[in-house]
Amino acid sequence: MGRENPIQLKSVDAPWAVEARGLVKTFGGFRAVDGVDLKVRAGTIYGVLGPNGAGKTTTIRMLATLLRPDAGTATIFGYDVVKEPQIVRQLIGVTGQYASVDETLSATENLIIFSRLLGLSHTEARRKAAELLEEFSLTEAAKRPLKKFSGGMRRRLDLAASLIAQPPLIFLDEPTTGLDPRTRAQMWETIRRLVKTGSTVVLTTQYLDEADQLADRIAVIHHGGVVAEGTVDELKASVGRSSLQLRVEEPQTIERARRCVEQVLRVQSIVSPEAGKITAPMADADKVTDLLIALREAGIRLSEMSVQKPTLDEVFLTLTGDNVTESPSSDEMDVEVSQG
Amino acid sequence: MNQPITPVSQRQLRNHTSFGQSVRNSFTMAYRGILKIRRTPEQLFDVTFQPIIFTLMFTYIFGGAISGNVQSYLPVIIPGILVQTVITTSVVTGVQLREDMDKGVFDRFKSLPIARIAPLAGALLADTVRYTIATVLTFTMGYIMGYRPGGGLSHVAIAAVLVIVCAWAISWIFAFFGVIARTASSVQGISMIILFPLTFLSNAFVPVKTMPHWLQWFVNINPISHLVTAVRNLANTGTIGNDLAISLIGAAVAVAIFAPLTVRAYMRRA
Ligand SMILES: Nc1ncnc2c1ncn2[C@@H]1O[C@H](COP(=O)(O)OP(=O)(O)OP(=O)(O)O)[C@@H](O)[C@H]1O
Ligand SMILES: [Mg+2]
Repeated sequence: MGRENPIQLKSVDAPWAVEARGLVKTFGGFRAVDGVDLKVRAGTIYGVLGPNGAGKTTTIRMLATLLRPDAGTATIFGYDVVKEPQIVRQLIGVTGQYASVDETLSATENLIIFSRLLGLSHTEARRKAAELLEEFSLTEAAKRPLKKFSGGMRRRLDLAASLIAQPPLIFLDEPTTGLDPRTRAQMWETIRRLVKTGSTVVLTTQYLDEADQLADRIAVIHHGGVVAEGTVDELKASVGRSSLQLRVEEPQTIERARRCVEQVLRVQSIVSPEAGKITAPMADADKVTDLLIALREAGIRLSEMSVQKPTLDEVFLTLTGDNVTESPSSDEMDVEVSQG
Repeated sequence: MNQPITPVSQRQLRNHTSFGQSVRNSFTMAYRGILKIRRTPEQLFDVTFQPIIFTLMFTYIFGGAISGNVQSYLPVIIPGILVQTVITTSVVTGVQLREDMDKGVFDRFKSLPIARIAPLAGALLADTVRYTIATVLTFTMGYIMGYRPGGGLSHVAIAAVLVIVCAWAISWIFAFFGVIARTASSVQGISMIILFPLTFLSNAFVPVKTMPHWLQWFVNINPISHLVTAVRNLANTGTIGNDLAISLIGAAVAVAIFAPLTVRAYMRRA
């Protein structure tokens, strides 16, 4: 596909930066990646979420031509990763999970070598290295060997090295693992800026808030397969709706309050009388106004009211908890759910 | 980083690397190897101390016994030590290649649109610097101890180049082990098993006629012996003989067998 009509491909950019179908990788009988499908639209940030050992790194390595898939196909902007690896390599930048820079050399030397390998002349390479070091606030440490770098500096240099050729697709395998909150926020800012320049970013992460903050779409990988895919909101919605929590001031009014809630919202609610608390699922946020008016008219005084959205944590735990593999069909999802 | 990237449709993409690019990439990788040597000078211990210590030790221990006195042993032992040291140094190529391939930076090389062969070719190329250091040091050490090669400086230079070329050829053997082995220490182990008989069962340190017959047979076909003889002839008398041709043929055979093997194994891994 895609490649059958290269002329057409040249005239318009392929809408898909990544298209993978049925990717499989086996390590000595163990299926680390077991039929992964991924589609990443160009110009977006795509998050790959999953617990340890889910197969995220293995998937990224296959997409980045570092590992040969045992089965399945993958294309990068329409170019096949197995048949046209050298073209794919001209289109991607890879920042692996573990530092992929030379420990014994300095930051400048690393960047110069990578630039030279990418075809820049000696002076261009020097300029590029200086520019990237400035960009990633590494100028001061530029001459020191990397052994003396902190984890965050190494990570930044690693990313800088992936950006030398300004590739249209960038793979980031756990870009912020081990970074302090401030450095992580800087990394997020950098990633957002990359996408503004027209790049596509595929990142893996174990931090749900990271995926929440950055990713346009997310795939949750578990046991080598995609168990859910969609936008952050879709994934949250798939796990459960927001819930409304009310606390009444006088405990004896709780029954009346409950009747009010059920009438207005037309749902079953849960009452915990000791705490004076009512919890009800909430599908339509608009109805809350009606409810508040109804409660005022009934003379019920509230001490507290809150709406709780499901967190991505819940999504993650629901999808990657063991109950998923046992009864995946029990999830009433409005996103595509495939079995892992 | 803030200017827009070139869209995929406007890029010129080719799925193969030209010969010119392969050469450029290999030289960049060699440059990296040399930078690494400069940054970690302790790596040069073997090529600096071995020539100095071995030359001193062997000359004063065996000199009297083998050649009657130290002065007349020098023309025998200096070429011997030279060959032994430089060939031993070539083992490092394999060990370092293994270490390098296990590092994260190799992943980056593999993800760049460069000639696949460049990291391997670059490593082998950079190591000729080590051979050169070892060669210069051995001759210098000999000179300090009173060695005055009769062939003159130009023939000594030819001998040096010959040794470096042969060491480079032999380094393909160790590079092969480096590529296929699982750990760096196993590369070291296997390589030493090959290296020891090759360098010691030769005419490098003692005259062949003092050895038992069955051993003479091996020593005489050992290509290292021919290399040592070729170096002795060049340095001491300035003559070029059969041994030089045999050494070069041996080197060519080593490259012809092990270069393709290594490259194939390497490509499969890389
Ligand atoms: N080279 C390999 N040889 C054998 N098994 C491997 C290899 N690489 C990965 N695996 C196994 O494959 C599985 C998936 O690994 P992978 O590194 O892709 O997971 P991951 O999702 O990136 O995990 P993490 O979050 O810990 O980085 C793991 O069980 C791992 O042990
Ligand atoms: Mg990983």
